[in-house]
Amino acid sequence: MARTLSAPVTVAFDYTRSTGPVLGRFLTGLRDGVVVGARTSSGTVVVPPPEYDPVTHQQTTDFVEVSPAGTVTSWSWVPEPVKGQPLDRPFAFALVTLDGADAPLLHAVDVASPEEMSTGMRVQVRWADERVGHITDIACFEPAAERDAVATEQPRSGDMPADADVDPVTGIITPVELDYVYAASPEESAFYRGLAEGRIVGQRCPACHKVYVPPRSACPSDGQPTSEEVELSHEGTVTTFCVVNVPFMGQKITPPYVSAYVLLDGADIAFLHLILDIPADQVRMGMRVKAVWKPEDEWGTTIENISHFSPTGDPDADYETYKNHL
Amino acid sequence: MAKQPAAVIGIGQTHHRAKREDVSMAGLCREAMDRALEDAGLTLDEIDAIVVGKAPDLFEGVMMPELFLAEALGAAGKPLLRVHTAGSVGGSTAIVASSLVQAGVHKKVLTVAYEKQSESNAMWALSVPIPFNMPVHAGAGGYFAPHVRSYIRRSGAPNHIGAIVAAKDRNNALKNPYAHLHNKGTTVESVMASQMLWDPIRYDETCPSSDGACALVIASEDVAASSPNPAWIHGTVMRSEATSGAERDQVNPQASRDAAAVLWKQAGITNPIDEIDMAEIYVPFSWFEPMWLESLGFAEPGEGWKLTESGATALDGRIPVNCSGGVLSSNPIGASGMLRFGEAALQVRGQAGEHQVDGARRALGHAYGGGSQFFAMWVVGSEKPSS
Amino acid sequence: MRDVAVVGFAQRQMEEFDGSPTCVELLVPLFAECYEQTGWTRKDVGFWCSGSSDYLAGRSFSFVQAVDAIGVTPPVNESHVEMDLAWAMYEAWIKIQTGEVDTALVYAFGKSSAGVLRRTLALQLEPYTMTPLWPDTVSLAGLQARAGIDAGLWDETAMAEVVNRSMGDAEKNEYAVRKGASSVEELLARPMYADPLRKHDCAPVTDGAAAIVLAAGDRARDVRDKPAWISGLAHNVDPMSMGTRDLTRSPSAAVAAAGAGVDGVEVAELHAAFSHQELVLRRELGLSDDVAINPSGGPLSGNPMFSAGGIRIGEAAKKIWSGEAAKTLGHATSGPALQQNLVCTMEGRA
Repeated sequence: MARTLSAPVTVAFDYTRSTGPVLGRFLTGLRDGVVVGARTSSGTVVVPPPEYDPVTHQQTTDFVEVSPAGTVTSWSWVPEPVKGQPLDRPFAFALVTLDGADAPLLHAVDVASPEEMSTGMRVQVRWADERVGHITDIACFEPAAERDAVATEQPRSGDMPADADVDPVTGIITPVELDYVYAASPEESAFYRGLAEGRIVGQRCPACHKVYVPPRSACPSDGQPTSEEVELSHEGTVTTFCVVNVPFMGQKITPPYVSAYVLLDGADIAFLHLILDIPADQVRMGMRVKAVWKPEDEWGTTIENISHFSPTGDPDADYETYKNHL
Repeated sequence: MAKQPAAVIGIGQTHHRAKREDVSMAGLCREAMDRALEDAGLTLDEIDAIVVGKAPDLFEGVMMPELFLAEALGAAGKPLLRVHTAGSVGGSTAIVASSLVQAGVHKKVLTVAYEKQSESNAMWALSVPIPFNMPVHAGAGGYFAPHVRSYIRRSGAPNHIGAIVAAKDRNNALKNPYAHLHNKGTTVESVMASQMLWDPIRYDETCPSSDGACALVIASEDVAASSPNPAWIHGTVMRSEATSGAERDQVNPQASRDAAAVLWKQAGITNPIDEIDMAEIYVPFSWFEPMWLESLGFAEPGEGWKLTESGATALDGRIPVNCSGGVLSSNPIGASGMLRFGEAALQVRGQAGEHQVDGARRALGHAYGGGSQFFAMWVVGSEKPSS
Repeated sequence: MRDVAVVGFAQRQMEEFDGSPTCVELLVPLFAECYEQTGWTRKDVGFWCSGSSDYLAGRSFSFVQAVDAIGVTPPVNESHVEMDLAWAMYEAWIKIQTGEVDTALVYAFGKSSAGVLRRTLALQLEPYTMTPLWPDTVSLAGLQARAGIDAGLWDETAMAEVVNRSMGDAEKNEYAVRKGASSVEELLARPMYADPLRKHDCAPVTDGAAAIVLAAGDRARDVRDKPAWISGLAHNVDPMSMGTRDLTRSPSAAVAAAGAGVDGVEVAELHAAFSHQELVLRRELGLSDDVAINPSGGPLSGNPMFSAGGIRIGEAAKKIWSGEAAKTLGHATSGPALQQNLVCTMEGRA
């Protein structure tokens, strides 16, 4: 048996970014099929345009259209692409100085092997089939003919395509999805394994002797791991609670429901769970409750084995018995 | 060894909104920074070091965003620090920036704190599921509501106290052009009539979700000498305790009480309600005003709600609280603590405009975070501290 | 300025930690080691500061539970930076300089293996035009390595020499997760991975944690006969953009070194997670050829995210404690291609 329990977790959100005027100008250009850089106060043309001038710190305003073709100034082979990269087969990341620019842009180059890459090689933009105003409108770069063979225009200032003024890009959506393996601590693992056997297992701190549920890798008062195992009652007292009426993203339980701190008999700390089998407006501080378990064949190593807590029908606990747990 | 004197000589903030779609993250920070620099009469090139504060990176989906922001913030070629202490971060960041001056290491430090909540969803970012657990509570409101219930039970406060706070802060916000919410006509009755979200917390008793930033310029004694109205730092404190511990007092945490005791001692204050002219206190849910009044020593335990009910915390009261409209009116999370610190400094500089407390000479800035476990506070004054 | 010394240091490095991303289980024994070294209890610590990353852990507020490991009844004077341990130490050093406290314990932790590290770190890039392409850490380092090769500043052999020396030295480091000397020829015969980098040019993905103890004046002298007195501590940052930086240089490292003062340094522990970065740093820090570099084996033998920079300072401090060197240097970096740098120099005093 592994020392600890672990399980996969995906952290995913489609972020909505407002770009501000400078990056917006760059992305508007990509949507319209042109690469836009900016001239800094020192006279160099930089792509993508820096939002603020590196010397004067003023917002960038002098935009310059540059060529979609350029020269590789450095590159690195990607033998095992990771999720989300521009190509799902081996490729090169490269710094590409576009004709008309003085500083390179970072992007991918689509070639089959590192032997086809070299510093100084000529590449050109391969546009995405659909352009929306995003850095991925440049699908990647691809090898190009020598400079003289490519029809490139001189950099232009000022006379931007009309679309840029009419319908500028002001925001982008960037999906971020990260996969992790989450592991519980050894103490938590003991707790979850106990739940898989229908037991609620706490541990006592060797220094302050308080019983923690779930057990802890460090008692927050003393900084020592809880150790001595204590099997806890399945009954306890509601110390305090709230009625959740608000729906939120990722919510698994339909509101309204009662989220309550339940102080199990024998424990020195309350833990959060649901109170059901009673109208939400009748739940009380001090109410005595008992764990209602899901059918045994649905159990796993999870707190969800306990479906919820339900009133025992016993008289409420005296305030004095739980007031130190608020 | 005593700390070197330090003062706030520049304060800037953005217009806070639900969505600042007109600016990037850099643009948001620069809006606050440029105002603070103009106020201080300094340029970015004159700044020695920059300290950035922000709440969890998952909010904007950028890991350590100060790195990509470095050039836009003018930090390239300078020391750059990034502080993250949960909701108290805006206050902690100001304290770290102050300490760079108080240590005698730098003379002109710029600090900026921001949050661009519209890039994602805070409820999501704070509730990423953890395996083997079940998501019982619903964001920050769901976390704090049970403890508000405990406060009400312990103090015997009437149900409408939270609504008094909300109505006061929302009306104060009408006097603050930078505030996110400008809800005219908010009354105790209208707050009480708003939807119950996390019983006992109603919709109008909760903070909004804002995009915004706040920046401060903190200077040494010799630099501050050229400022017409520096806000001198009389005391700073940070204290932390655990999120959950056996018999932890979640209504009036020991870290909060300890922090206040240390702070008042540093500032030479023996009776805060008489010696502090106004307070900007981190109140994201209305009931935290009476809770923190007690914890900070403005009222005896169980009596904070009486201070609120009496009107003492109103703009013209004995101890005005959150004259800016507070977190209840603007909540760019990472910046919210620095806004409290900055608003306190604005008051003692006499620069708070319509929400100025007449003759404010000493003010409290306060922030807390996590599960009421991280505390950051400062006292600023119009006079240089004597010791 | 007050005299402040590094008086305690503890570390853990491992390929894969099977515990929780909060790493509380790792911190408890680390703190115990620090107390043993100093003869202190937690109540002797005036200030605490930690370094960690929510994105490494995959959840918000990953540092919050770590304070449990301290034991925070009564509450503590504490802060956190979303940065490497070295910068947490900087904040603590500042705190001591203000006179508010005389002692500090700083710590950091990170479970790099919880996600795909080189992909997770793409979140650290400019989010509008870089992160959407998911440039991985190894590729960005490769761009930097090739820039130096193309410019004739170093070559594959020089990179292999760095690796060979590090792997040999790592054999003496009980915490190293990769070790074993071979030869430059043998290393160069191994296949290219992310051309121009071979796998051994890249630090191994490492989990771990570390803690450093600081004390001022007599508090330091009470702990050790030879405290590692901090003679210089400075940090600086460059712009992120890969396009506008000269990737063969790291100006912020040079500024930090100038601020800290490197004259007389005998041993330098450099936070070079890729072999060529050691070559960049030697030049920027102005280290002469007789300075011993990374006698611990350095980051190529173990690179726990958010601790590895601080571990360099701890390793350098140990050389002062033992009397092996009179002046040493610890360096930490953060961001892509040596964007942000910190230099701490330490010396023994009679």
